[in-house]
Amino acid sequence: MNSSDSAHPTGPSALPDGGREPGSQSTGNGSGSARGAHAAAELTFQEVTKVYPGRKTPAVSNLALDVPAGEICVLIGPSGSGKTTAMQMVNRLITMTSGDVTIDGRSIMSLDETELRRGIGYVFQQIGLFPHMTAEDNIGTVPRLLGWSKERIRARAKELLELVGLDPDDDLRRYPGEFSGGQRQRIGVARAMAADQPLMLMDEPFGAVDPIARDRLQDDFLRLHKEVPKTVVFVTHDIDEAIKMGHRIAILRDGELVQYDTPDHILAAPANEFVADFVGADRGLKRLRVWRLGDLELEPAADGEPTGLTAPDDTSLRDALSLMLVEGKERLTVLDGEGRAKGTLALEAITRLIGPDERAAKA
Amino acid sequence: MTFVIAQGPVIPEFEHASDCIRQNKQFCAGWFVDNFDRVFVPRLVEHVELTAIAVGIGFTIAFTAALIAYSGGWFETPFAILAAFLYTIPSLAFFQLLVPITGLTVTSAEIALVSYTLLILFRNTLTGLREVPEDARTAALAMGLTKGQILRRVELPLALPAIMAGIRIATVTTISLATVAAFIGVGGLGQPIFNAIQSGFKTQFVAAGLLAVALALVADALLVLLQRWLAPWTRARRA
Repeated sequence: MNSSDSAHPTGPSALPDGGREPGSQSTGNGSGSARGAHAAAELTFQEVTKVYPGRKTPAVSNLALDVPAGEICVLIGPSGSGKTTAMQMVNRLITMTSGDVTIDGRSIMSLDETELRRGIGYVFQQIGLFPHMTAEDNIGTVPRLLGWSKERIRARAKELLELVGLDPDDDLRRYPGEFSGGQRQRIGVARAMAADQPLMLMDEPFGAVDPIARDRLQDDFLRLHKEVPKTVVFVTHDIDEAIKMGHRIAILRDGELVQYDTPDHILAAPANEFVADFVGADRGLKRLRVWRLGDLELEPAADGEPTGLTAPDDTSLRDALSLMLVEGKERLTVLDGEGRAKGTLALEAITRLIGPDERAAKA
Repeated sequence: MTFVIAQGPVIPEFEHASDCIRQNKQFCAGWFVDNFDRVFVPRLVEHVELTAIAVGIGFTIAFTAALIAYSGGWFETPFAILAAFLYTIPSLAFFQLLVPITGLTVTSAEIALVSYTLLILFRNTLTGLREVPEDARTAALAMGLTKGQILRRVELPLALPAIMAGIRIATVTTISLATVAAFIGVGGLGQPIFNAIQSGFKTQFVAAGLLAVALALVADALLVLLQRWLAPWTRARRA
């Protein structure tokens, strides 16, 4: 996924990143509400514990966290930390020992198991597309269970194929064996959204594809999520992926929640040494990737044509810093979408941002 | 039935026959063509019936047994042992054994023929179900399909190639074995073969044998076509 750093921040990877900074606390519904039709659900873990039979220590212990509607919550931790167990308790692939999980305030135990699952999208690393069904039939699995008409399923499958970047006509009738790994994962995502489920569970969804394809899948998923903001629980063991994908990150160790916060806060203020180790010694530099130039308070630019070093406002701070270092410039002019100067940023301002007093600067 | 050992070839209408027939050559195409409708077609029809009934009943039993075994429990081992035991009984002995019970009837023939299909059909169906990719099963479960829906919509379709492979083997084997069923007088292509063995009429012997082989090949080819039609995804691969 590191290829995102070297990529020029234009095209599909140039994701506007508003709403991810701690200040705005966006629920992610901002852009979705315009479309109106798409629902996202609030997900709450209430003191959830899972003890596997024959084990002394719980796999997940008293997990309490709240995922606001429309946000992506990344569960991350070393193997054995209980992240997948926690996720699979939501659709009851794993039965919790005690506690409760609610979706929009409703306990998952109050629903029939199959009914619950039909309302939750599920994407996992192995994808699990049905090899004997065309892309259309794979995507139409849950809608068919819900009794949709053939015409409606076809229209939905076409719409989703287009949304995930595949050909809505040619690819409709193809079998999974005819697609590449990355394309299959896109179909897997489309299938998990087919019935417009308000909640999606993703278990290392992009873990099995090569780094370049993974990066594109991540970017495309983030863009998709902006268009259709579902509540997402996303399990990964890759901290870079967590920082990139998560509105919030829940760090688990030995079944316990160690820290639950925005990527920026976790990088700025790790709760303890474990988290600091886990996010890595370069957490300061990682933070630079979380921010876009447009997120910052800039110094006013001089009137007239932009001069000197320039960069578009959706450039990550990391890329901007790199540019300044490479060009040996102390100041950079930030351009808006139309190429007009929006303001300037000094090298020394970046140092201040990631320094000890950054929180004040950011707020 | 009684066997009469003929003194020489007993050939129908011997005196009007061609030189080829008079000399009882290995294969006389003319006689075969002239007598195809009269001598072979009824036997061919009987043979197809014997085979279709045997594979049909055998599949019904084996498929049901495989489903029961697949759902777990004690059933698998005893059924597998029974099917394997039946499979090892020599065919001639099996037919002969059944005669005192069910007589010289099609029933006797079918009991034996069905028994021979069970092992392969049971094994292949069960293996096919067990080899369904775990991912597909997990995905189906996570999407809220019930157990029955998973079986019908995911597991059975994915097991289809293995099941069809079993049906192909069972069919070809049954076509071959059904010739032996003529031993208890139920017709089929075994009948002209037995007759020709007694009479020494080579053309009839060879023709009936070749027809049985041809029938097996045609049946196998048709089943391959059926499988391709039922399981189009097995051919669809990324170029």
